[in-house]
Amino acid sequence: MAIEVRIPTILRTYTDGAKAVEGAGGTLSALIDDLEGNHPGIKDRLVEDKSGSIDLRRFVNVYINDEDVRFIGGLDAELADGDQVVVLPAVAGG
Amino acid sequence: MLTIAQEIFHAIVAHAKRDHPDEACGVVAGPEGSDRPERFIPMVNAAGSPTFYEFDSTELLRLYKEMDARDEEPVVVYHSHTATEAYPSRTDIGLASEPNAHYVLVSTREHGNSEGPVEFRSYRIIDGVVTEEEVTIVPLTNPQQTEEASTP
Repeated sequence: MAIEVRIPTILRTYTDGAKAVEGAGGTLSALIDDLEGNHPGIKDRLVEDKSGSIDLRRFVNVYINDEDVRFIGGLDAELADGDQVVVLPAVAGG
Repeated sequence: MLTIAQEIFHAIVAHAKRDHPDEACGVVAGPEGSDRPERFIPMVNAAGSPTFYEFDSTELLRLYKEMDARDEEPVVVYHSHTATEAYPSRTDIGLASEPNAHYVLVSTREHGNSEGPVEFRSYRIIDGVVTEEEVTIVPLTNPQQTEEASTP
């Protein structure tokens, strides 16, 4: 079993239109690197360099089994086979 | 062009007036690919701010899972401006992430919480490009009647 990753409309250009893809990794960070291998360019849409360290972009929400990863370790959040990851851009503005 | 039922138009305006001077926000969902805004879903502005809005992250997930289960998509994403015109701000443009949605902007700057007309405008925002579109308000939500009603 792998990890199912739900892809939002705006990022489906990286997945040939697929709404969900499979990935692997023991942490969110490793999963994102794995996704980048199969869907080049997607990583840069999820993470950014924040004063020397890589972090999730402020307006991208990632959930592991319905939990916002910001509350469970961010990029270090742990993953296991069979987990479901959902990516959703924030609905926000000024 | 955005075609929207009168009740939903009024519901969006009422929400914007109620939350003034903070920004109000929400979506109108509709069947995927239909371009029909049918299900009005007001959201809480987690930022609680007169100059910013953001859906709460937990509610955002709930909303998208619900729409997914019903084969819906956000046909309209709306929010209010409470001191400026109903035109997407630089932040609105930068964060717009639903290329299929109509972005509706309501400005309550003139009458605030009180009765009175508001600016109600709609845009497509794709890859940072804003295109304003016409808004047609139709009397009924019944999808079968929408077509006829839009050409009186």
